[in-house]
Amino acid sequence: MTIASNDAVTVAADDTPRGASLRRYVAVKAGGALISLAMVVVLGFFAFRVLPGDPVRTMTQGRQVTPEQLEGLRRQLGLDDPLLVQFWNYLRDLATGDLGQSYVYKNSSVAELIADRLLPTLLLTGTAAAISVVLGLWLGQRTAWRRGSWFDKVHTGLALTFWSVPTFWLGLLLLLVFGGGLGWFPTTGMTTAGAGYTGVEHVLDVAHHLVLPVITMVAVVYAQYLMVMRASVLEEMHSDYLTTARAKGLRDDLVRTRHAVPNALLPTVTLIFLTVGGLVGGAVTVESVFSWPGLGYLTYQALSEPDLPLLQGTFVVFSAIVILMNFVADLVYRVLDPRLRSA
Amino acid sequence: MSAATWQRRRAGLRESAGEFASYRSGLVGAVLLVLVVLLALAAPLLVPRESLAVTQVTADRNEVPSLAHLLGTDSSGRDVLGMLLWGARASLLVGFAATAMSMVIGTVVGMAAGHFTGLTQGALMRVIDFFLVVPSLVLAIVLSTVLASGLWTIVIAIGVTSWASTARVVRAQTLTIESRAYIERSRALGAGDAHILGRHVLPAVMPLVLANTTLAVGAAIIAESTLAFLGLGDPTTYSWGSMLKRALDTGAATAGFWWQVLPPGIAIVLVVLCFTLVGRALESVLNPVLRSHR
Repeated sequence: MTIASNDAVTVAADDTPRGASLRRYVAVKAGGALISLAMVVVLGFFAFRVLPGDPVRTMTQGRQVTPEQLEGLRRQLGLDDPLLVQFWNYLRDLATGDLGQSYVYKNSSVAELIADRLLPTLLLTGTAAAISVVLGLWLGQRTAWRRGSWFDKVHTGLALTFWSVPTFWLGLLLLLVFGGGLGWFPTTGMTTAGAGYTGVEHVLDVAHHLVLPVITMVAVVYAQYLMVMRASVLEEMHSDYLTTARAKGLRDDLVRTRHAVPNALLPTVTLIFLTVGGLVGGAVTVESVFSWPGLGYLTYQALSEPDLPLLQGTFVVFSAIVILMNFVADLVYRVLDPRLRSA
Repeated sequence: MSAATWQRRRAGLRESAGEFASYRSGLVGAVLLVLVVLLALAAPLLVPRESLAVTQVTADRNEVPSLAHLLGTDSSGRDVLGMLLWGARASLLVGFAATAMSMVIGTVVGMAAGHFTGLTQGALMRVIDFFLVVPSLVLAIVLSTVLASGLWTIVIAIGVTSWASTARVVRAQTLTIESRAYIERSRALGAGDAHILGRHVLPAVMPLVLANTTLAVGAAIIAESTLAFLGLGDPTTYSWGSMLKRALDTGAATAGFWWQVLPPGIAIVLVVLCFTLVGRALESVLNPVLRSHR
């Protein structure tokens, strides 16, 4: 991902022309999403089958097992079957929502493990995304409107610096200062272990745990929204309609909020959805640093074992979520752009 | 190509260089980067590799920064400053190599997707879309888990997962170029795909790719440190990411040994920031639309 200011324009240009019907538009986008989904499923299978290691050995690491037991386990997992048979079984299981059995968490299926972790991840990334979008867009239009001012210089500088910070390192620093040093915020997990809070107390407890992970994610993510919004408003700066608005005698603030911002918002909205993939990457590192019990932390746990079915499951689910969000972005864009809607 | 063409391109380059020098932040970034690269190249002269071997160290463990060890020592008594210099080599190498790989794939696929039509284009567009939406860090994790661990695995994992945005930009530019009259003239004179792509499109997309490259190196360095932090790095080399990983594993972070946690992170931020500043300045120089309202 780069902070490219002309991305939005390219996205818009790629879209269907005015005359195309809504149904056709949705069908094309849905088809694209389905193909991407199919590629994820295929890659999810074959990437893990070219692995040189022996999964059965990994599973039984550190325990006394006879060759017969290994053989039995291999047969039980279907690792002896021809590749195509395995692929067919994988597809059939996937269709019924079965993502296989975890190597490490013996009593849980991958699907159960993932379902348990879905909500915490949505809570964390959702909160962080909402805050970064609002913060980034607001700062973006302010800096563009007063470009060259100290406000612009300070905020673009800050944003670029935060953008250059590895997420996990920022998390570590916050952990050291506010968690370890000052002790203002809890440093691990989502709830206080053993406290057994209910109702309002539980909500407050979760919110307290949420503070540091959310700050970490927002700090790294909001920069790209700021830069895109800033570039987008700058594109509008010399438009005739703004001159007209000023000539009408509108106050400067109203010219900005009623005329410039709504137009600049359009290309920015698509980009926000396109950054969901990046948010997922942020979730993996932030959750690993703060032991936040979400999908990202599950991925981290899976790769440190390595628990291959679990890793395969998180890869497929993460990718599916992102593909779905991008499909939604295409639909939202269609609704938002009056030029496309009226056609 | 005729002498006149080269003369024109040289003049254009000179003008761009002059324009670039007028961006103070970009210039500062470029100077700092040259300095860091020189330090990385000189690392073997400044700090012999043997002095960092665990069996050779004479200093105490976790020593506070002093005149003998400007940035202190780590949990095995190795000099942190020495490791930082050696780490610059790995981090920059991965950054440059992964970016080079990503740029080559992105440029080739992007140009092909813009130039060819029909089934080829459709298939290429689908592949680009796929890599554009799939969460790159998760895919990189999968790749580096599956392949044998090592520096080149990291390079491949980052390169393979990061080329799609380049391909999209290059494709858009290719479409713009190919709609111009001189391409039509060239086609009428009998030019084939290879000639049009190699002689006309490639030189025209290169400036764009170059600006993109500078921004991408920074992203690749962050990706390297993240993969190393997740435990997927090469255990036998020093990189800034692996230094941080080791500081974590040995409890340096919680014990308050700040000299093991701060320097690698600051080094990453500084270098990535420099690449971003240079990249943005280049982008502004090469994109006339942006130049007008800097």
